[in-house]
Amino acid sequence: MDFRAVKNNQLVSLASIPVWDYDKFLERNTALLADEHCHCVHYFAFPQGKRLRLFCCIADDAQGAILLSSAQVDTSRPLPSFTAHRLAFHTFEREIHENFGVEYTDHPWLKPLRFPHNRSDRQSGIANYPFFRIDSEELHEVGVGPIHAGVIEPGHFRFICNGEQILHLEIQLGFQHRGVEPLFLEKKKPLQRLTLAESIAGDTVAGHTVAFVNLWERLCGYRAGANLQFARTLALELERIAVHTGGLSALCTDVAYQLGSAVFGRLRTPIINFFQVWCGNRFAKGLIRAGGNRYPFTAALAGQLQQVLAGFEPDFEEMCAETFTLPSVLGRFEKTGVVTHEQASAIGAVGMAARVSGVQRDIRASHPHDLYAMLGHQPIVKHHGDVYSRAQLRRREIEQSIGYIRRLLEQVPAETDQPPIADQPAAESFVLSLTEGWRGEICHCAITDERGELALYKVKDPSCHNWLALALAVRNNEISDFPVCNKSFDLSYCGHDL
Amino acid sequence: MLNNLKILFHQGKQYIPDVATATVPGIFRGRPRISAGAGHEAELAELCPTGAIDAGPLRIDLGKCTFCGECAFAFPDRVQFTTDPKIATNDRARLVIAAGTDLPITLNPDLIRGEISTFFSGSLKLRQVSAGGDNSTEMELNACGNVNFDMGRFGIEFVASPRHADGIVITGPITENMAEPLQICYDATPDPKILILAGTDAISGGIFEGSPALDRRFLNQYPIDLYVPGNPVHPLTFINGILELIRKRRR
Repeated sequence: MDFRAVKNNQLVSLASIPVWDYDKFLERNTALLADEHCHCVHYFAFPQGKRLRLFCCIADDAQGAILLSSAQVDTSRPLPSFTAHRLAFHTFEREIHENFGVEYTDHPWLKPLRFPHNRSDRQSGIANYPFFRIDSEELHEVGVGPIHAGVIEPGHFRFICNGEQILHLEIQLGFQHRGVEPLFLEKKKPLQRLTLAESIAGDTVAGHTVAFVNLWERLCGYRAGANLQFARTLALELERIAVHTGGLSALCTDVAYQLGSAVFGRLRTPIINFFQVWCGNRFAKGLIRAGGNRYPFTAALAGQLQQVLAGFEPDFEEMCAETFTLPSVLGRFEKTGVVTHEQASAIGAVGMAARVSGVQRDIRASHPHDLYAMLGHQPIVKHHGDVYSRAQLRRREIEQSIGYIRRLLEQVPAETDQPPIADQPAAESFVLSLTEGWRGEICHCAITDERGELALYKVKDPSCHNWLALALAVRNNEISDFPVCNKSFDLSYCGHDL
Repeated sequence: MLNNLKILFHQGKQYIPDVATATVPGIFRGRPRISAGAGHEAELAELCPTGAIDAGPLRIDLGKCTFCGECAFAFPDRVQFTTDPKIATNDRARLVIAAGTDLPITLNPDLIRGEISTFFSGSLKLRQVSAGGDNSTEMELNACGNVNFDMGRFGIEFVASPRHADGIVITGPITENMAEPLQICYDATPDPKILILAGTDAISGGIFEGSPALDRRFLNQYPIDLYVPGNPVHPLTFINGILELIRKRRR
């Protein structure tokens, strides 16, 4: 039996996913990653009694397919690791180890991932994290966090420095762990699950909620009409513009460029205020619902959005033209925090972090959902992998999103009277939903039991792949460049910690 | 230089002149209004995702409400959301909106500690601690200081260290893994100090209430000086709440 190939958001029966012996499972999946157009979108364990069924989901971007396979293993027997062959699996195997106590014979470094409340070793605690150390009289360590100087989420960064130069950065996460995945099973009402999806990462409400509703509708056999697909696509692109603009503001702040910081910061306001005009919330909470549309997109709203964009664009371009030619900004952005193509590819980077290093990875193009096939998205790719590229990518993606929104507004679909969704998921099924949030690829997976109840819900934020990219980027940089490097990736703490 | 002047000219004035009277654009969901009378109490309580609605008598607890607005869609004759953003208070009981009342939410002056207006009315420096916050309220707290809302004009600012702070603003439902750092941060803040809970997650746990990954025992130890509901908190809610806290005096 070969891999079970599925499309994004395709419902399959659990029985149709092949169960291989572990050696074949390891060999076939790690071999796929030899090609850069294949990458791991999820790899997780589903407990079945005392055994685990491991599911590996590899996206083949060239074919637009996701290749599924599984293996049953005993937790008592140490396993050879995927990570020894492909580094991109390291977080997933660390999670399996942390949650279920699976030992690996050759995993390079089974560090704790997020200290979840249901971890297999409750003796371990976040205060006793095993940091990497180098013993040398010439080196010193710098610890930052978990509480940072700015108003941001908590996480701990431990630098090993030689003078001002960073030799090594270790990122310790888990402070934000709220137990999101088990709550998806415990909270039975669909509205509770939607609220959870909106709260996975409050800066990516559209990204995670679209992933959830697409998955849920497919589980319940509901086909979203053109109006729903329109609203979801529009929300994703508006969110991209808003957060990227805020990101440019913060990048300017981190290089002490006050004018850019203030102007980009205020340019974000009309975009998020449009969300409030549309749905009553500046972060689009409440906007996206499975099987319905609380806030129909009217012709009046379309006219308002055209005006918002017409006001935004000249100010944005004027500010970009100044920022991206200013020597004091360029001096800090260029050649700072470089991630090479080889590194990005090896660690399985996704989203912005991949595309600035020449790795063309974008769900909107490779596994399109909602109206993205119609838009014919062409990803913007940069090659230098530095802070400058990540800033430039934001600028270009904002311009691209404005273009997409204008095309979407040419044809606002009429509201249709669809029958409401029947919230009854198919039994013994598996579905995987991918969306391209502003940060990168979001993956939600669900498995249902014989009664159609959720038996497993897995969430993967792009940050799970990309935190390692930040750790690699700052090596050999000055420690004073850490803030601007960190902001250039703009990764999620709560999306990672779940 | 000329380019900079051009940019400044094109930006014009962006600040909101009077935050106390500013209105929010669009269909913002602020303070709800529950009609007097009877009907649909049980259904309303059942549909609320966080148990913020109590059936007998019908009331909504803004400390638990996620402002999803689904109750107003289902039974618009019973529940409506006004666009009033001033929903912060220091009295937990005042966050519970009863049927038939349509009054602004204000602070209870009897609960404001005397030292707050004595020490903080002209200058208030705050340390923010995100303890499982989803980054939306954090971003809105940042927005409080941007050129639109410009909280700095009132002498209210977020600072980098608890040693420089007059108080702590907590966001998020307080995870077990953040319980100790939060306590350390609180202990490092010099007295007198105030404690503010920003966002529904911080006030009640929100959708995460009851999760075994939380540890909210920190909150049992100290009085809360301000509750700021919202999902996320709107900058106008936060700024107006704080201004009332530091300017209002006990009668």
